[in-house]
Amino acid sequence: MTLIGWAQIALFFLVVLALVKPLGSYMFRVFEGTPPLPKAERFFYRLCGVDPVKEQAWTTYAFSLLAFSFFGLLVTYAIQRLQHLLPLNPQKLSAIEPALAFNTAASFTTNTNWQAYVPETTVSYLTQMAGLAWHNFTSAAAGIAIALALSRGLTRSGGAGGGKTIGNFWVDLTRATLYLLLPISFLYALFLVSQGVLQNFAPYREIATLEGVKQIIAMGPVASQEAIKMLGTNGGGFFNANSAHPFENPTPLTNFVQMVSIFAIPAGLTWTYGRMARDSRQGWALFAAMAVLFFAGVLGAYKAESAGNPALRELPRLQQDRGNLEGKETRFGIAASTLFTTVTTAASCGAVNAMHDSMTPLGGLVPLVNIQLGEVIFGGVGAGLYGMLVYVLLTVFIAGLMVGRTPEYLGKKIEAREMKLAMLYVLIFPLIILTLTAWAAVVPYGTGSLANAGPHGLSEILYAFSSGAGNNGSAFAGLNANTRFWNLALGANMLAGRFLMIVPALGIAGSMVDKKVIPPGPGTFPTTGGLFVGLLVGVVLIVGALTFFPALSLGPLAEHFAARAGRLY
Amino acid sequence: MSPKAQNLSLFDRSILGSAILQSLKKLAPQLVAKNPVMFVVEIGSVLTTAIWLRDLFAASPSGVPRWFTLAVSIWLWFTVIFANFAEAVAEGRGKAQADTLRRMRKETIARKVRTWPAPEDVIPIANEEMIPASRLKKGDLVVVETNGLVPGDGEVIEGIASVDESAITGESAPVIRESGGDRSSVTGGTKVLSDRIVVRITADPGESFLDRMIALVEGAARQKTPNEIALHILLVGLTIVFLFACATLVPMGIYSGVRLGTTAVVALLVCLIPTTIGGLLSAIGIAGMDRLLRKNVLAMSGRAVEAAGDVDTLLLDKTGTITLGNRLATDLIPAPGVSATELADATQLASLADETPEGRSIIVLLKERYGLRGRETKGIVHFLPFSAQTRMSGADFGSRSVRKGAVDAVCAHVASLGGTVPAEVVQAAWRIGDSGGTPLAVSDGNRVLGIVHLKDVVKGGIAERFARFRAMGIRTVMITGDNPRTAAAIAKESGVDDYLAEATPEAKMRLIKEEQHKGKLVAMTGDGTNDAPALAQADVGVAMNTGTQAAKEAGNMVDLDSDPTKLLEVVEVGKQLLMTRGTLTTFSIANDVAKYFAILPALFVGAFPELAPLDVMKLASPYSAILSAVIFNAIIIILLIPLALRGVSYRPLGAAALLRRSLLVYGVGGIVAPFVGIKAIDLVLSAAGIV
Repeated sequence: MTLIGWAQIALFFLVVLALVKPLGSYMFRVFEGTPPLPKAERFFYRLCGVDPVKEQAWTTYAFSLLAFSFFGLLVTYAIQRLQHLLPLNPQKLSAIEPALAFNTAASFTTNTNWQAYVPETTVSYLTQMAGLAWHNFTSAAAGIAIALALSRGLTRSGGAGGGKTIGNFWVDLTRATLYLLLPISFLYALFLVSQGVLQNFAPYREIATLEGVKQIIAMGPVASQEAIKMLGTNGGGFFNANSAHPFENPTPLTNFVQMVSIFAIPAGLTWTYGRMARDSRQGWALFAAMAVLFFAGVLGAYKAESAGNPALRELPRLQQDRGNLEGKETRFGIAASTLFTTVTTAASCGAVNAMHDSMTPLGGLVPLVNIQLGEVIFGGVGAGLYGMLVYVLLTVFIAGLMVGRTPEYLGKKIEAREMKLAMLYVLIFPLIILTLTAWAAVVPYGTGSLANAGPHGLSEILYAFSSGAGNNGSAFAGLNANTRFWNLALGANMLAGRFLMIVPALGIAGSMVDKKVIPPGPGTFPTTGGLFVGLLVGVVLIVGALTFFPALSLGPLAEHFAARAGRLY
Repeated sequence: MSPKAQNLSLFDRSILGSAILQSLKKLAPQLVAKNPVMFVVEIGSVLTTAIWLRDLFAASPSGVPRWFTLAVSIWLWFTVIFANFAEAVAEGRGKAQADTLRRMRKETIARKVRTWPAPEDVIPIANEEMIPASRLKKGDLVVVETNGLVPGDGEVIEGIASVDESAITGESAPVIRESGGDRSSVTGGTKVLSDRIVVRITADPGESFLDRMIALVEGAARQKTPNEIALHILLVGLTIVFLFACATLVPMGIYSGVRLGTTAVVALLVCLIPTTIGGLLSAIGIAGMDRLLRKNVLAMSGRAVEAAGDVDTLLLDKTGTITLGNRLATDLIPAPGVSATELADATQLASLADETPEGRSIIVLLKERYGLRGRETKGIVHFLPFSAQTRMSGADFGSRSVRKGAVDAVCAHVASLGGTVPAEVVQAAWRIGDSGGTPLAVSDGNRVLGIVHLKDVVKGGIAERFARFRAMGIRTVMITGDNPRTAAAIAKESGVDDYLAEATPEAKMRLIKEEQHKGKLVAMTGDGTNDAPALAQADVGVAMNTGTQAAKEAGNMVDLDSDPTKLLEVVEVGKQLLMTRGTLTTFSIANDVAKYFAILPALFVGAFPELAPLDVMKLASPYSAILSAVIFNAIIIILLIPLALRGVSYRPLGAAALLRRSLLVYGVGGIVAPFVGIKAIDLVLSAAGIV
């Protein structure tokens, strides 16, 4: 660990911190206040036949979202299947086979961006732009919409917006895209181009390298997709190497900006939430809990990677005393690589600038745990906030009883119905991950894709399903995911991890929105301040850790202790 | 015997015996199934027992020793039995109370009135028929005379009697019950000590106060309260999560080359699911009702007890709750040029005919302060008793006519005789009024002699009590019929947060609705029929047992002692109930950390010997580790039964301070305790040579 490394981590966090309030209040203004371009907005509403004034009950809201997503899923599937007939395909790439097309469509619809395909040899420019990048915008906007809906459910007092409604999905979706994602992405893309990121429709180029070898250089509209890939916590790379590719992430500056742009909206949304709750401390409490968990992860990963692999210390040529550099870009080094890894898995982004598979067992444990805690450490745009809010309800319920009142959050009582929905939300996640992992671990069509045996192989399986269900999309690598089983299993896994959890989250919004608000007093359970933050962190860790600890101890933990004893897999 | 006399020790021998029997009976699957957490444990016990039986006849395929499977099975059964035991003890304590009550109800013969009003030509005895009390229906009329037991709950419609209600309240002093007014309600099982009353029965058989009381304390009528249901959902959710975590561990183990025995996986599962709180949850609820009953408050539902913990606003009647019954004379202030003795003398004369409590308190004051004793009343021509019309009392003799009464009434009287009122006297009267007291003026002829200071005496310690409530975030509101000035002064002296002066039943109702509209939960006490709507409207309505039947029906609790201050204790019991649930849940979940460190290394150390460092407790052997965790998991239920029944110690602190304290004790303690406990059990097991 070096001073420069620490300085990078600290600088990164300070920049994110500085963005929280300006971005957060901009979002509050856009979503809850007066939007800047009412005319443009109205144009889209008229085009789509949406009545922007009419708010929706949670069921309608959820139905709108599901219908919209399902439609998107179909369109993306169709584009992939038909790409050989469609324009913008200079490489004459053929149609994508059904299982892979399903997997990719599910992946991008759910904001996961798990990539079972190799982009350079599989998808045309049109598929990239119209099939995938489109989802990068809309799935991110949908995530923000859900977060807004749940926030409204919790913060509105006694049916302010007409009783049981929690907003209008179409309005939230439009505003998130129009005011937030599009303009920032546009400027961001220009910045990336200035740094050397590609943006063209040219066919791939064949060049002779200095060594005299012929090499094909992939081309394409990279910058436009790269911006939203980070900003919308999507993470699907234009190239297979993702942000380790010099045309996706050419300079230390782009690397830094990419990391910041992953956290920017999720962090800013905590401020927006505080504004909606009419108490900015409520937002800061969430931010603080996220920050604590983030630092725990980044410190753990940085320490483990700097220490190198204990089993390889005997081999001086591997220079493990300099830390574990396997699978990392020397351009970024250990600090920026582990920071990127922590950020991309804490938020459910999934872009990578280093190979997670090559990390030390404990270093690899960090991204895995980040995902398994439910993607709430800032998390995906919107998804992080609504996930954390569900944890908040659980925390308030368990701990709130200890102050001798039936639990309440922001003055609203948490009762059986909300507990049922919150537990459903918390249950689904480990259920799909553990069940699918257990299945894949004992069938030949599951283990057949593994590159490594033993605990490392189990980690690869566990990581794949965690990443899918958590809608992260990063790969541990070492797993050939482009098989029928893996494509279908992971596709279903991603859809369940997104939509089966969104419905209870919106259900909570619906059942909380018209509850009476009890004004706070000294007897009220405090949901701000250090004690609550600590408690929230504890509940996130305990619920997450207790669920996955057995599986983790057979995976990364077993590998770690084995490596210490000199046994490698 | 009364409920109050039933001060059972936590583990009374007679209760323990039947509780042990009950806890075995409760093993019946259809009974355990009501508690999903314990049901999972029971299924696990059956499973491991079956494995043990199988191993008796054939060697275990996984090579797990028979003694280990047996030991785990036994302790799993104990886990269920201990949870049943907790519930049985709680119920047993209630049953003991119920039996006392039931004995009391037996064999009452009611004298039912055939026709009402009684025809004049029939002798009264011929108008009655003797029927067993259990056959009385709502609306029946019965006669009760000296030494007779009131056969059922009802309302006195004729007569007045002194009644011994100690069977219900534990209070031995008899109370007066009479027709009309707010003291008309009688309870079945109480005894008429003198006179004769006619009672209209107000409850059908099996629905009387006593019946409901019995059903409630026995737990028969117990329904899960809203918060209990929500907590149950959390526990079931956690159980499902762990069910999956453990079940999926088997295939993952196969992948990793670890053959996990069913016994070990079941042991892990049982240790992880929240058995501690799952096993104690219903006992906590029953004990909460029981604790209230011990304070002689009968809650009509567990929901009411829970609501009591949430109360934000307490409406307290001034008289009897905040102040001691009536106003008392505390001082005499002579007018200029009048000696204290002269004033005292005239005051005594004027008060002789005043039979009101205030009047008597003046006599007492004069006796204590001026040594004035009973005096000759010879020569007094005319006594003027206090009346609401004149608002004065007094006496006329010879040329003197002394008067004492409301300041404006006395002033008018003096003015009518051509006298004037000194400014000092008026000022003194104002000062007293401002300080919350009541001034009375005393006159002799056309001279005003001075002022008597009457004062509400605030109960000792009440201000501290209100301060405690404030710390808990509960607002206290005093309800009084006094004028705003008096009310303000008493409010200030007693430390109450707010007051409602010149309160009418309507104003009281309005106040409750306003508070509730703001989202607050309101608790109040009441006794009169005109309190009934407000009692029904309030979230927690505590009716006084001396009150009318209407009031008792409207409230959701009845205070058998009829002590309005009890409301404060009710709130504390409610809070204590919720806190006990919260702390034990936290404790239960926190326990899991240590159990993982005990069991997981034990499970995997065969395939991954390098995992040994995870065994931070350095337990004797894998078998010992698993068995110790299971034993700890069972024993902790027994150890926590006293806490569940008694409730966690409660201190009136703000939420933040309470939380910090509870977290430290039950959160951190919950993490640490099992490390210590499991290690200790492991040491004992290995010392005994079992493992």
